[in-house]
Amino acid sequence: MVENTVKPGEILLSVEDISLSFGAVRAISEVSFDIKKGEVRAIIGPNGAGKTSMLNCINGFYHPQQGTITYKGITRSAMKPYEAAAQGIARTFQNVALFKGMSTLDNIMTGRNLKMKSGILASTLWWGKAQKEEMEHRRFVEDIIDFLEIEAIRKTPVGRLPYGLQKRVELGRALAAEPELLLLDEPMAGMNLEEKQDMCRFILDVNDEFGTTICLIEHDMGVVMDISDRVMVLDYGGKIGDGVPDEVRNDQNVIDAYLGGGH
Amino acid sequence: MEDIIFELQFFLEVLISGLLTGSLYSLVALGFVLIFKASGVFNFAQGAMMLFAALSLVGFQELLGVHWTVAFVMAIAVMVLLAWCVEKFVLGKLVNQEPIILFMATIGITFFLDGFGQTLWGSDIKVMDVGLPTGSFDMGGIFIDKLELVAGFTAGALVLALALFFNKTKIGRALRAVADDHQAALSVGISLRTIWIIVWSVAGLVGLVAGIMWGSKLGVQFSLTLLALKALPVLILGGFTSIPGAIVGGLIIGSGEKLAEIYIGPFVGGAIENWFAYMLAMVFLLFRPQGLFGEKIIERV
Amino acid sequence: MFYREAGQFKSSYKEDQAVFPILQDRVGVGLMLLVAFIGIPLLTSEYFISAIMTPFLILALAAIGLNILTGYAGQISLGTGGFMAVGAFAAYKFATFSIAIGGAETTIPLVVTILLAGVVAALVGVMFGIPSLRIKGFYLAVATLAAQFFIEWVLVKFGWFTNYSPSGIITAPPLEVMGYLFDSPGEKYIFTLSFVAVMALAAKNLVRSHIGRGWMAIRDMDIAAEIIGFRPLHTKLSAFAVSSFFCGVAGALWAFVHLGTVEPEAFGINRSFAILFMVIIGGMGSIIGSFIGAAFITLLPIFLSNVPPMIGWDIGVDMISHMEFMIFGALIIFFLIVEPHGLARLWSIGKEKLRSWPFPY
Repeated sequence: MVENTVKPGEILLSVEDISLSFGAVRAISEVSFDIKKGEVRAIIGPNGAGKTSMLNCINGFYHPQQGTITYKGITRSAMKPYEAAAQGIARTFQNVALFKGMSTLDNIMTGRNLKMKSGILASTLWWGKAQKEEMEHRRFVEDIIDFLEIEAIRKTPVGRLPYGLQKRVELGRALAAEPELLLLDEPMAGMNLEEKQDMCRFILDVNDEFGTTICLIEHDMGVVMDISDRVMVLDYGGKIGDGVPDEVRNDQNVIDAYLGGGH
Repeated sequence: MEDIIFELQFFLEVLISGLLTGSLYSLVALGFVLIFKASGVFNFAQGAMMLFAALSLVGFQELLGVHWTVAFVMAIAVMVLLAWCVEKFVLGKLVNQEPIILFMATIGITFFLDGFGQTLWGSDIKVMDVGLPTGSFDMGGIFIDKLELVAGFTAGALVLALALFFNKTKIGRALRAVADDHQAALSVGISLRTIWIIVWSVAGLVGLVAGIMWGSKLGVQFSLTLLALKALPVLILGGFTSIPGAIVGGLIIGSGEKLAEIYIGPFVGGAIENWFAYMLAMVFLLFRPQGLFGEKIIERV
Repeated sequence: MFYREAGQFKSSYKEDQAVFPILQDRVGVGLMLLVAFIGIPLLTSEYFISAIMTPFLILALAAIGLNILTGYAGQISLGTGGFMAVGAFAAYKFATFSIAIGGAETTIPLVVTILLAGVVAALVGVMFGIPSLRIKGFYLAVATLAAQFFIEWVLVKFGWFTNYSPSGIITAPPLEVMGYLFDSPGEKYIFTLSFVAVMALAAKNLVRSHIGRGWMAIRDMDIAAEIIGFRPLHTKLSAFAVSSFFCGVAGALWAFVHLGTVEPEAFGINRSFAILFMVIIGGMGSIIGSFIGAAFITLLPIFLSNVPPMIGWDIGVDMISHMEFMIFGALIIFFLIVEPHGLARLWSIGKEKLRSWPFPY
């Protein structure tokens, strides 16, 4: 595979004219948009507008029937989710999708899996290379744990954590992969004000410090308009608006869709 | 020419016998489907329930010397009681657990029932005598086993009755509602407990009928539970939630297995009936994971 | 009081991630190994060693195997007996082959023979694991039943596997390692124990490595696991391979060390269930639990056949076997309801309580 590097400000991912349907239900119809390297890109829209389906297409979980996705200059037809992960796309989920039986530490360690190479035999010995590798990655993960301020719950099984913390651990797991493109599906849903503020801080920090490109879905308009560079609006699977927050805020179509004026 | 006719007759005889045996598998599979549809529980104990029901029937007959119809009614009562116990002591305590945990719990029920049934009624092979015909008759040169024919008709009648029950009665509709969405059903005032007891009772009844058929054929004995395992590949072919699927799957497995035994068996040493059904199901799964009639699952995150 | 970790500071991640991070645990495990290796052979009877300890250890090994697949990777299997059979008969074929090519002398060392048998079982396991890529949960359980019945049938039907023994029974060669003959029950026990101890440690290492995390990720949420980059193919098949390897070695030990002569029926569907029960009762996703579960399932029948007569209650052999069934069934349900993580969880709760004892918190 050719490793293309994309400079900040250039287009990292572009989605062209994709359509996705399940039987007779059309989830996405003919949507095109792009994500630039280093920006915070938001996708908003009412429930059922096809936002999550869009993320699912980007990371290869759904395969659109029509249209192309170009990532780092490579256009792909169909790819498996793990291939997307290998190319540097990580994500979090709308309904927290952590590994419930595992501790916080182990959950975040799973995010490092693509970088761990030791084989089965070496791992059974827990000696030499395999151990060294494990320790190196542990160190990296500990940095993430520090960054997200979740030191105290390092060894707690995530099933026992409150919702807000679970979301944070999930972000940690995605960050552990050192992604180039980070997809966040409603990272702040169901959080109280303080938790939202924390989460915003983490997102912006990730964007600033690591230069990670972020594409997020969120319902809280205040937050979206505040932290994102560009916003795309979906409604009934189609794109009805796209631009910087101020443009979108004043767009008549968008106002109609949100206030129900047009229907 | 005569050879060909003879071959053809023989083929038909094997096929029909296979189809009819298949309908016996279907009977067991039906019980699985009922419970899976209504509660999402994969009931591994269906075979044990079948044996337990048949043992009870024969046991009552022997112990009390009553007519088989009386024993039949008593056996139904036993199965209803069992359904109540299962709800009360097992499922009711495992609400909201993962399906795999419930599945393993039904393996526990299987072992318990196997042990309990034999403790109560003894472990020697018993004769099931409910006046079903035996022997076979000749139809244009093809011999058909009478008992298997009865079993086939019974399976058909049972499916018809169940279809009526599900579509025409209030309880049946409630059952379907529960199958579709537990929470929604609860919210419109359907009691999950009652539904589960009903559905396990119906599955028990189906098990009893299956037990009578199998018992008349092979005698009531412990090895029936192993035969009941054959219902699993049937389910895989037919899909876990489809009643017609259980029937068609049973027919395919029954006939496929008999034909394979006759026509493939001799080349590989015979006795392939033990595993052929499973292999057929496994290969089938690779191409159609949701079964013949199962719905395609759209995965979400 | 004595079980405290206060004052034991970890100064590196390596120390923190040790198998037994607490000093008292290390001492405890050391003591247990000492008892197992020296105490038991010296102090207990031959009957206890050959009829209880050796089969217990071998079954524990099989339970670890199944636990890797079901407890860690979440792929339910009812074919454990089949994979054990593969191990047993592969070991037999390797052993007789090695005698055949060496005249009367074995050319392949016994330990290698047993490990090779494990590898063969692993290959067969992978073959039957392939459907797991398309199918999940109960469907997979049925597919593994196919393995169970198919393997049994193959071993019974094809004389090659038993070197055309007319009875279908194989006889294991003597246990000789580097010229030393493991003959008495005590020696056989030590042989088994060494195998089991090393492999249990290997299993523990594996499940806490990135490979084990992959298994658990697939178990807990397969879609998310794939999205963060675990390849389902590799992850699931590696679980099948490792699991079957363990079961295969257990099968080979069962044939060579415990029974001596075996027929395929020794690895029937009931064996598969028994091992599944060990995993459920002991604790899914726990190596130590596999031992506890194996001990429980091995001891219960012995308890049942000895205790009622002792208190003057004479019940028949039949009855005992029925009661075994009932008690197993009831216990499974009990554990699933009360403690789905099995005895291993009770064990760790106990340890936690001990840590803060005599204070409640």
